[in-house]
This record gives sequence, structure tokens and C-alpha cells, in this order.
Amino acid sequence: MVSAVGGAGRRVPWALLVLVAAFFVPAAGSRFYTFLANDVVIWALFATSLNLLVGYTGLVSFGHAAYFGIGAYTTGILMKKAGVTFLLAFPAAGVVAALFALVFGFFCVRLTKIYFAMLTLAFAQIVWAICFKWNEVTGGEQGMPEIPYPDFGWLERIGTVLPVVAGYRTSEHFYFLTLVLVAVCFWILRRIVASPFGRMLTTIRENPERAEFIGVNVRRYELAVFVLAGAFAGLAGGLFGIFNRGVFADFAYWTKSSEVLIMTLLGGMGAFYGPALGALVLLWLNQQIVSVTEYWPLILGSILVILLFVFPGGLAGALGALRDRLVRRPSGA
Amino acid sequence: MLDVREVRKSFDGFQAVGGVSFTVPRGSISAIIGPNGAGKTTLFNLITGHLVPDGGQVVFKERDVTGIAPHDLCRLGMGRSFQRTNIFPRLTVYENVQAAFVCHRGRGWNLFTPVERLYRPETEALLQAVGLLEKADETSGFLSHGNQKQLELGITLALEPEILLLDEPTAGMSATETRESIRLIERIAADRGLTLLFTEHDMEVVFSIAHRITVLHQGRVIADGTPAEVRGDPEVRRVYLGEGR
Amino acid sequence: MPDPSFVFAQSLSGLTAAMFLFLIASGLSLIFGVLRVLNFAHGTFYMLGAYSAFQLVQWIGTGPGTFWVAALGAALAVAALGGLVERFLFRYLYGKDELYQLLFTYALVLILSDVAKILWGTQQKSVSRPPGLSGAFSLFGATIPYYNLFILLLGPSIALAFWFVLQRTRVGRFIRAAALDRETLGALGVNVSGLYTGVFVLASFLGGLGGALVTPVRTIVPGMDTEIIVEAFIVVVIGGLGSFWGTFLGSLIYGQVLSFGILFFPRFSIFSVFALMAAVLIIRPWGLLGRPLK
Repeated sequence: MVSAVGGAGRRVPWALLVLVAAFFVPAAGSRFYTFLANDVVIWALFATSLNLLVGYTGLVSFGHAAYFGIGAYTTGILMKKAGVTFLLAFPAAGVVAALFALVFGFFCVRLTKIYFAMLTLAFAQIVWAICFKWNEVTGGEQGMPEIPYPDFGWLERIGTVLPVVAGYRTSEHFYFLTLVLVAVCFWILRRIVASPFGRMLTTIRENPERAEFIGVNVRRYELAVFVLAGAFAGLAGGLFGIFNRGVFADFAYWTKSSEVLIMTLLGGMGAFYGPALGALVLLWLNQQIVSVTEYWPLILGSILVILLFVFPGGLAGALGALRDRLVRRPSGA
Repeated sequence: MLDVREVRKSFDGFQAVGGVSFTVPRGSISAIIGPNGAGKTTLFNLITGHLVPDGGQVVFKERDVTGIAPHDLCRLGMGRSFQRTNIFPRLTVYENVQAAFVCHRGRGWNLFTPVERLYRPETEALLQAVGLLEKADETSGFLSHGNQKQLELGITLALEPEILLLDEPTAGMSATETRESIRLIERIAADRGLTLLFTEHDMEVVFSIAHRITVLHQGRVIADGTPAEVRGDPEVRRVYLGEGR
Repeated sequence: MPDPSFVFAQSLSGLTAAMFLFLIASGLSLIFGVLRVLNFAHGTFYMLGAYSAFQLVQWIGTGPGTFWVAALGAALAVAALGGLVERFLFRYLYGKDELYQLLFTYALVLILSDVAKILWGTQQKSVSRPPGLSGAFSLFGATIPYYNLFILLLGPSIALAFWFVLQRTRVGRFIRAAALDRETLGALGVNVSGLYTGVFVLASFLGGLGGALVTPVRTIVPGMDTEIIVEAFIVVVIGGLGSFWGTFLGSLIYGQVLSFGILFFPRFSIFSVFALMAAVLIIRPWGLLGRPLK
């Protein structure tokens, strides 16, 4: 049931509709919903970047949060300590994360399966340990609170001419900015996944030995996708640092990596928008449950168990199967 | 076309292949036979770069290709099928073959063009040639064993090989499937002027189509020649006595 | 230059930590060696062993020998839990993607650690040392608690017992065979699924025992499971996934690196063990005593 192009039907442009609807959240809902939506959008990018590795190439990384953290610290340090504009600090997050991914990935792709996973974990923990202890640069255990918002003066000036844009708070301006940036990232990722490069990745996932013998230099492709995934995770991190009003070492801790992995699985690794769906459901569920009980891990663990036994394709897989059943088409590709 | 010289390989002290040499002339159909564990698949792996030999040389089209990585070797014109069916199970039949075209024609690093339309005519032509065109949109993992083998052949042919190495191409097939499969392979090899090297258990197949046969036993060559020569070789008879075919 | 008795004391504390870690890591290594899965929940079994021991001590009281009864009881309880989990849940994931098996063990961590919180709250708990082993003695200027000495002797004893079982008994041979080739073993008529359950039970017993025995020395607190599992991962990677003596060696190395790391480079001690793990995976992925890959 896996296709490089993704399960979101091509007749109805669901993704576009969701994007447009997302712009109306601040107007329609409270500050709380804007906050949640902003959280979801950033995590959706983070999870989709991981899916490049896990869902499309078959590489399970336990340390993807390292690049998230690196991106967050890059943007945070540049904007807070060096006064660099967001326009440069944001792409820098992706570039720096990509560089780290290049170095770490070089060693990781020489290994397979559990050893690969362990090394990604080790590198992520090293990143965490450095962030946790390097007080001068990263703020150490205290982290870096009060990352400034980007300057939205230009938006306010536009607002005097186009009233629809006016009247929003800074946090809402940032939400719109996030939407646009993440949408662009998703567009790029979608192209990559549907490209010949993306098809080669799926051959690696399906059968690395055979892929070698159709001319695929598996190691080189794996390194390339590792860098791409790291870059986009870094961009997500850059946004998150500002959104979260602070950057902290636990952004790179392995439990963050496991959260994003679960999100990816929950939404469905086999569909392009699966992880995004997973981000939405998980974060929303988290909000709902946490207000009622403190035992969110118990609920999450139980959901995960149900998922693993009953819906291995995640929500997207289940939805896809449902749609196929309704349209009476045979399940396949 | 293919020259194997004194190739050796040991695993943890066990010598799987010890000093094997033979030549495959261009345009011929050659076979490697031998009892189970004789080292046939290991030998194939050594030729195609999946394993690096401890010693010896593999020369392909007058070029030393010993130990070259598989992804480079298949660009030079060597195609290979595997003993256990090696396809991309969750991709469709069409996507399996198309992937081979995409990579072979050098578009594998393109990150922005949608891949669906690429090489459609070539892929469909090839699927037609191996008899799988009607099944193009089926998920390849669900195909029958015979169909999967056909698909594997298709993938290999997309790489425009000059020599085809087939590892037990009729393994697990019924007598009918075997006949059809061999006919298909022969026809394709003739149409495209391919050189063929294959390993087999099925002696009927081997003696019916091979021009040259090399016999392997415990990692060494014990006979090498035309089918008539091999059939008459006393050593070969001794080794195969009780093999039951 | 640091004072020699101080170095000795540090080294000894590193050894003690290593022996505790070995107790737990050996179970992890066993499960990986035979079932080929890295059991995240192993640290949580350790934690449950600690909590169970605490609970049993609460119920039985603190007379002579009660600590040992509680420790054994806790280990058995955790072993039983492990058996149930394997038999009724984990077994059904065997054919599937390794990722699913891994995530299942992680789900267990989430569920069981919250269960522990529900049953015992988040306050720190502790258990006092067994009366027979309280107190300490002096050696080379270092003060060594008797309990630590007990652990120092227990570690190698368990290692030897393990080695004996694996090498010299029929069951041990089956376990080693299952680690190498489970299909053939099944084809030979051995009850492989029963063996798997048994291995899981044994490993859980060791994890639970480790947790129970650590209670006089460390406070029982939520989060001790994730802390120990990362340490256990590092140890089995260094020693070699699936290698038994490798786990022992890995524990020793880890203990020393950690205790001296804290001493000489306190800021980077947490960094050093992960750097060690990464170094091993880069240079020699199969660990010090594991079997080379491919």
C-alpha cells in the first residue's frame, strides 16, 4: 500500500484545503488553538523529515532530535546573541543541521539496522550532552530563554493597506509565518519524494541488495537522505525555538526522538502526509488527556500497543484501507 | 567476454571457493553446475562484486573488475538475477522495472521531476517482452513465484546488460513453468544478443541449452567443456552418483 | 597527583556500579542474543524489581532475612510479569518488522512506568541494608561497605553461573543454538517458543533482581528506568551485542570510565560514555567481544 507519491487523494487537494483553513485558526479560535496549531505544524515538519528516513528509505533513526536541537540552537544563538535577522538565522538552522547530519551520517550509513539505530542514538546523546554542559554557548542546563520573535514591522505596514492582515498579535504573525515556511518545506519534500531520487529511496527500503544491483550506490543515497532529513529537522527546530520562547537541551534528548518516531508511526509511515496527521492527532490528544490526568504516558503506551497490533499502517493506513473499501477498489499500491 | 581466474574465497577458515577458473565466450550460453554447497552462489557473488575474493581475478570485457562494487559493475553491462527472488515487494510491477531504467539511464539523482511518466514506453515494452504487461499495476510482492521470476528478469534486462548471470533461474518451478521460463530466457537472449551464464540444479535444462558446462564440487572445478564432454567425464559421474537426476 | 587510596576508592565504586549494571545488562544481552530485539522495557523491569522489593519489605517487616526474601520475591514477580508479556503479547510480533518490536518494548516502558507511579507515587523510596551486611570495613585507606563487597562478589558469581549454564548444560546449548539459528532448532523439534518465553523470563528475573538488590544503595525514584536502560545499551554495545562476556567486560569498562570521568572531567562525564559508545560503533561495531558483522 505504499507509493512514493503518497496516499492523500489527488482529486481533492486535501493538503491545500487544510493549509487555507489553517490560516483562519487565529480568527476563528482562541489563543490556545493558535498555539496548538503552531505546535502541530512544526512537529508535522519534524515528523515528515524523519519519515524520509524511516518510511521512504527504511532507515530507523533513534537520534533525529539531534538535528532538531541543533537547528533550534543555531537560530536561537544567532538571533539572541548575535542579533542576526530571522531571514538568515532560519535557513542557517537548516544548513548547520545538514552539516552535522553529513558528518554523523557518514559514520551511521556504514552500519545497518540496530547498529545504525544505536549510533544515531549515541550521536544524539552527544549533542544533548554538549548542549547540556556548554554553558557559555548554549546556556547549559538553563538553556536559552527569551528568543526574540522575528521583526514583523513589515507585516504591520502591509496591514495598514490590507486590513485583512491587520489586527493580529506577534505570536499570530509568527504562526502565519510558520504556516508559509512549513508549507514551502512540505512542497519541496513532496517533490523530492515523488522524484526519481525518491523512487531510488524506496528501492533501498524494499531491497537494498537488489537496489545495489540496479546501479544504486546505496550508501551514497542513504547519506544524501540523511542530510536532507537532518536539514528539514533543523528548520523545524529553528522555528520551534522561537515558538517555544526558548531553546533547551532536552530538544535533542532521545525521548524527543522517540516522540517524533511514535508520531510518524501513528500517522502512518507509508503515506506522505501520514506523519503530519500523526502530529495533529498526538498533540491534540496530549492536550486533551493532560488536562484530565497526569498519566499521559500510560495512554500513549496503550495507543501505541493497539496501533502495533491492529493498525500497523497507522491512521493513514487505516484511512486508506477504509477508503478503498468504500470505493470498492482492491488494496494495492 | 568474462574471464574468471583462480578466484578464491574462505569464510572463517572454510574454503567456499578455491582457485576456480573458467571463461565465458561472448554470445554463448554457459552453465555452472554442482551439488548443493559446491560454491555456485558464492562464485556468482564473487563475480558480481557482492563478495570480495581473497585471491584471483575477474576480468569482464578485458577489464579487471575484481571486487568492484555491484552498483558500478551493473553499469558496465553485467546483469544478475538472484536465487531467492529479489524484487521490490511493495512497489508495483511497473515501478520495479521503471526504477531500473531510471537508475541505469542516470536520472537517479534528479530531485524535482515527477517520476511517474519517466520511461513509460520503455518500461511497458520490456514488461511486454517478459509477459507481465497486464499485471503492471499489481503489487509485485503478491505475484506468483513464477511471475516474480519473470519480473526479476525484466528488472535485470532494463539495465541493458551484455551478459546475464542467472542464479538458479528455475528454482522452485514446476516442469511447465520451467519449460516456459527457459524458452523465454532463450528467446530474449537471442533477440538481444546476450551472453548467458547460469547455475542450475535441473540437469535437463542445463544439457538442453548450454553450450559449455563447468562443474563445481566443493569449491573447485572438476570438469569444464561441452555437454557431451561433461556427460562422459568419470569424475562428474562419481560426484553425481546418487544425486538422483 | 591524586591520593592512591582515593584512586582505589573511586575504582572500587566504579566496579560496584559495574556489577550492578552487569546484572541488568546481562538480561538485555540475553534477550538480544536470542530474540534479536533490544528490550527497552528491561530498565522498567529493573525499576519494578526495586519497587516490588520495597513493597515486600513493607509487608514482611524488617526481621532477619526479610531483605533476601523480598529481593527474591521481587525478582520472581518481575520474572512472572516478563513471562506474561512475552507469552500473551510480544510473541505475536515475532514475524513483523523489528521496528514494531522495538516500539512495543518502548510502549511497555510508557505503560509500566506509569503503573509504577500509580501504585507507588512519585516520592522517593528506599530500603535499608540487610542487617547482616550493614557496616563497612577499611582497605587501603578506603571505606568499603559490606553490602558493596557482597555485590562485588555477586557479579562475577552470576557471570560464572551463567557461563556454566550456557556452556555445560543442555538448556544452555539450546539457548546458544537459538541465538545462532532458530529455524533449524525448531526443525529439530525443540520447543522454540517455550525457549523464548523461558529466556524472557530469565532475563526479566535478572533485571528484577538487579533492581531489588540496588535498593539499599540507590533511592527508588521514577525515571530510574530510562536512566539505567541507556547505560545498559552502552554497555552491551561496547561489549558486543549478544556476547555474554562482552557484557561483563563492557560493564567493567563503563564503570571505570564513568567513575574516573566524573573525577577528572566532571563537566564531560555524561559526554564521555556516549562518545565511547559512538567510538565503538564507528571503529568496531560488533563490540569488543562480539562476532564481526557480515
